[in-house]
Parts: sequence; structure tokens; C-alpha cells
Amino acid sequence: MAQIQPSSPTPDEPQGAQRKPGRRAVRYGVPVAVVGLTAATVGLVPALADTGGPDLPDVTAEELVAKVAGAETDQLSGTVKIKTDLGLPELPGSFGSDGGGGPFGGGPGGESEAPSGEKGEGSSPAAPEGRLMQLASGEHTLRVAMDGPERQRVSLVEKAAEYNLIRNGADVWAYDSGSNSAWHTKAEPGPHGKADKGPKEGKYADLTPREAARQVLKAADGTTSVSVDGTAKVAGRDAYQLVVAPKKAEHTTVKDARISVDAETGTPLKFTLGAREGGKPVVDVAYSDVDFGKPSAGSFDFKPPKGTDVTEAKPEDHRGKQKAKPDALPDAKAFDVLGEGWGSVAELKAPGAPGAGGEDKGAGSEAEGMLDGFTEKVSGEFGDGRVVSTRVVNALLTDDGTVYVGAVTKDGLVEAANAAAKK
Amino acid sequence: MSPVETAPQAPRLRGAPGFLGSEIRLTFRRWRTVAMLAVLAAVPVLVGVAVRIRTSDGDAAGGPAFLSQITNNGLFLVFASLAAVLPFFLPMTVGVVAGDSVAGEAGSGTLRYLLVAPAGRTRLLAVKFAATVVFCFAATAVVLLAALVTGVLLFPVGDVTLLSGTSVPFAEGLSRALAVAAAVALSLVGFAALGLFVSTLTGSGIAAMATTVGLLMTVQILGTVPQLSAVHPYLFPHHWLSFADLLRDPVYWDGLLRNFGLQGLYAVVFGSAAWARFTTRDVTA
Repeated sequence: MAQIQPSSPTPDEPQGAQRKPGRRAVRYGVPVAVVGLTAATVGLVPALADTGGPDLPDVTAEELVAKVAGAETDQLSGTVKIKTDLGLPELPGSFGSDGGGGPFGGGPGGESEAPSGEKGEGSSPAAPEGRLMQLASGEHTLRVAMDGPERQRVSLVEKAAEYNLIRNGADVWAYDSGSNSAWHTKAEPGPHGKADKGPKEGKYADLTPREAARQVLKAADGTTSVSVDGTAKVAGRDAYQLVVAPKKAEHTTVKDARISVDAETGTPLKFTLGAREGGKPVVDVAYSDVDFGKPSAGSFDFKPPKGTDVTEAKPEDHRGKQKAKPDALPDAKAFDVLGEGWGSVAELKAPGAPGAGGEDKGAGSEAEGMLDGFTEKVSGEFGDGRVVSTRVVNALLTDDGTVYVGAVTKDGLVEAANAAAKK
Repeated sequence: MSPVETAPQAPRLRGAPGFLGSEIRLTFRRWRTVAMLAVLAAVPVLVGVAVRIRTSDGDAAGGPAFLSQITNNGLFLVFASLAAVLPFFLPMTVGVVAGDSVAGEAGSGTLRYLLVAPAGRTRLLAVKFAATVVFCFAATAVVLLAALVTGVLLFPVGDVTLLSGTSVPFAEGLSRALAVAAAVALSLVGFAALGLFVSTLTGSGIAAMATTVGLLMTVQILGTVPQLSAVHPYLFPHHWLSFADLLRDPVYWDGLLRNFGLQGLYAVVFGSAAWARFTTRDVTA
């Protein structure tokens, strides 16, 4: 059969060129060039953006800390990206997120709201506690808007769904589009006095870099070094980089916390927590865009839509709890803190703790094997125990049921346990 | 370039709508196309009837997105149906049309006649691609219309609750539904270009269709493997569900723009690859 060659006399296929073997290669060069160009753009643009921070007047660490503390950004709207890579052991079910969310109370702020036994409202899919726990792992996008301390909105952008937490004056509403359910409580102002103001103010809208930064700066004392490390561009704005690093804490797993502070307003725009073992930041909370203008008033209006299940929660059930320090467990009823600063370890007497030796020995070799998969056996003067490791927080569960938790290495835990056993 | 060569260009350009029109007519006159559109239209009806029957059982949590909202507002049947057909079914029909576009003509021996006609290969390819994109929009519109009619007949309609919990009038809900359908149709453009490229590689329509649909399956499976998360953002279905972002208040454009950018990239890369292949290949059938 005669071939119809690409030699049809058309303007875009000039005669005689079609047989040249180079021609096909040249044409295939177009898609290849597009791919190459895209790859270069994807690869180079962030790299170029990283180099050379903006020129800003020098500032000392103290001035910058004061600027953060004094920042009065009341009106703000923007998008926050939260990335957490705690390096939790792969576990089925909720143990992983519980174990990670709890001890890591000082991170993006959300985890410090860990549920502590509120069974009643926990049943509503729109109740905030469980939803905020999700932020302890993976990547999330939040949209935040605030207009003074009384009006705040946080929207957790999910795949084909959204979770909203809205505070407007005395009302706190939560709406979960996935289950089409709402949750409501009254945020009574007044009776609890000034002491309650702190947690109340930022209770439901503190998932921003600002709150995380304040937590860290609050914890800064003699064991911490604070320095300024150049400038950067975050969300298109000029920012100073504040580095908070542990000092003289040989066992800590934390390398440093970096806070990018907006040069103009003093608002922290980005917060990252680096692990000593290197790699990606353990926690990375950053605005991807931010606007310091007044959000539209409608953002804070919420009426439960028709056909929505509304759960009413008793007011004040969800507040007034102490903010957890970075190295403390929020829901531990009785625990001692051993050591101080970054190297501190929390000691919990928890007879029923998972992994307590007595139960395991009876549970057969299969459970034993599974346990070996994500824990490591250690022994010392305190006896025998197992260590559960994440990238930052490690926990030692001894066979007599004591749990040692801290942002320290395995050796640090064993040392702390030994010291405690000697007492 | 000599005037002899440039002269025929003007009438051909004028004739372009006719060429495209005949190509579109050809696509939609096929029984296969009609059957695929009919099955697509059946999906919302089935979903709607099933939800209607099972409503008494309480909440329909779980399942595809938006399912739990349908009983409150029939308009959500549109979003639920689109979310249900988007991962496989809708692109599969596009894969059939795109895969068949050039290879089918080659297989049935009609491609040579098309090429003998003074149309030019580049233009032929462009018209084939345009017809496939028209099919993307038509298939999405069929799902939209079937879901809308079923939803209005079986369920109450009224103010629409957006994902953010804001209620908007039905008219705005409807316009958002149209925007969602447009976003879904545009989501398929990248895959359509991929199918067109595959179609230029072979002379067998069946082989091209099977390869294109097979690629879809493969990419969708790769998208579920967590170890490959580094490449996920570059897979064409990665941002497909971003159409739901149109239902937020305010609209969250990040994912949508990324989706359109990715689809555009696929369209350019595989469109130009198809062009490179088709304009330099010897057509034997």
C-alpha cells in the first residue's frame, strides 16, 4: 500500500524537509523543552527565592523578641500551611496521633487543646478537640481571619470538605461540612477574670505562627539561646529570622526553632522546629499569604444551616486549661518533671499504660512481636523497659508502669529514669 | 515562502469551523458515544434513587464526598455525582474518545483520505483535540443535567449550604454548580491530550483506547501509593477534587489554579508530542 508521507504540500509542511531524520528529533524537542522548562522553573524558582533575603535594618534579638511580644495585629486574614513530620511509628488506629499530639503540646498550638476526658461533646463530629488533633500529623491548609480578640475564624481546608471554627463575640460555632453537623458553645466573658484572658483570647484561633512563636519565647530562659539569623521573604513580606536554640542540653532532640517575624508589624509569619537528627522540619507552620486588612464582617457570621445537626456544649468546659509547655503532657494528672529546660523529662506513674510489662508477657508472642516492631527494649538501673521513638519526642515505658516522656534522646531518657530510680 | 504555497491558507482558515463542526458531529453521531453519555447520565439517577430509598436509615456518613448533603438539597446530587464519576468513569469515556480520535481513523482506513484533503496535519490534529475537549464538556454537562433533574425531582431544593457553612440562594448555588462542571471538564483536558498522543502512536483504535484507559488506571493507582508522594503533585488527577474548592466561601483558588496549570502543562507537552509524532510519521493506512 502506498504510503502517505508527511509530504502533503501544505504551508506548514514544506516539501523536501520531511525526510530529514533530524526533523522528527527537532519536533520532539518541543515537548521535551516544555518539560525541561517546567522542571527548571519548579526547581529553580524556590531556590532563587531562598537566596538573598531582603535588606532590612539590623536588629538585636532582644528588640525582635520585644517586637513579637508587643505585636498588636488585631486584624488579619490569610492562609496558613501546617506541615508536621513527627516521625511517629506506623501504628494502626489513633494511638499514633494521640501519642504525638499529646507530648507535643508546644508546637503549632493546636495540640495543647488535647481532649482530657470530655466524653459528652466528643461524640459530635463537629466538636473541636478531635479535629484539632488531626493537625498533629501530615499537611494541612488553614484559612484564618481575625478581627480583634472577639471575632476569629479558622477554616480547615480538607478534600471536598471543610471544618470551620468561628468565634463571634459570645458565640463559638463549629461546622463540619463532611458530616453536616454543627457544634455550639457560649464563650462567657467576664466571670473568670483577667487570669483567664490569655487562653480565652487565642483559644480557638491560635493555630497561627504567632501563638507557636509566643509559646517558644515564653519558654525561653537560661537554657535557651535567642539570636537573629538574617532576613527572609515569607508570604511576600519582608521578615527577620529569629532562631531559638537549646543551650547546654546534650540530650535534647530539638535542634532549633526558627521564627520569621514580619519586619513591619512584628507578627510571626513562619515557625519551624528542626530536629537534631536533621531532615525536614518537624513542625512547619507558615502563612502562604497574609493580609493585615480588616476581614469582611460577614466572615464571622454563622447561622447553622437548615438540616444541620447542632450539638450544644456547656460553656467553659473547653477552656481554662493550662497551656502545655513543649515538654509536658497536657492530660497527665500527676507527673513530675525531671531536669529543666529543653532536656526535661516528664515522669508519669501510669499503671495501665500501654506497653506495661505485665500485660505484654501474658499477651503471647504475636503481640510481643508487634510491640518489638515499634519499640526498642532498654534496661538500666530502673529495670527493663521499652522506648517508643519519634523524631522529637521519645517515651520510655518501664515494666513497672512508669512512663518517661521528653524531647530528649533515648540515652537521655534512660539517664533520667536511672536518676529517678536512685531517689 | 512562495505565494503559491501561502495562497490556499485563507479559504482553509475560513473553513475551520466547518471542519471542527463535522468532526464534532462525527464524534457525537457514533453509537458508542451516545451509549457512554447515556451511562454517564444514569449514574446520578442511580445515586439519587439509592440515597432517596436509604434516607430512612439515618445519616449517610462516609461514601463519596457530598453524599450526606443530598437529602437536604437536591443540588448536592450534582456535586456528589461529579465526585463519583470523576476519578474513573468520566475520564474513561474521554480516554475512549481521545484514544480513538486518530488511531480509529487509521484503523478504519479513513485517515489517508483525511490527509489527502488539503487540510494539513497540524490542523487535523488541532481539530481532533478540539473535538475531544468538546466531548469533555459535553460529558460533564450530561452528568450535571441528569443530576440536576434527578435532584430537583427527588429532593428538596432551596438555599445552598456551602462547605464553609454559609447559606447562599439557590440561584448562586446553581451558578456555582455550573462553575464546578466547567472546572471538572477542564480537569480532563490534560488527560485528553495524553489520549491524543497515544492515539498518534498506533494504527489500532482499540489499542489506543486500551492504552489510554490503562494509563488512567495506572496513574490513579500510583496516586494512592504513599511512598510515591514526591511525584503525586505531577500526576494529572492529583488536583481533580479541587473543584470542590469552588464551594468554599470565599472560593479557595490555590488548588483550582494548580489544577488548571497542570492540565495546561499536560496539554502542551502531550499536544506537542502528538504533533511531533503525527506530522513526521508515515501513514500507511
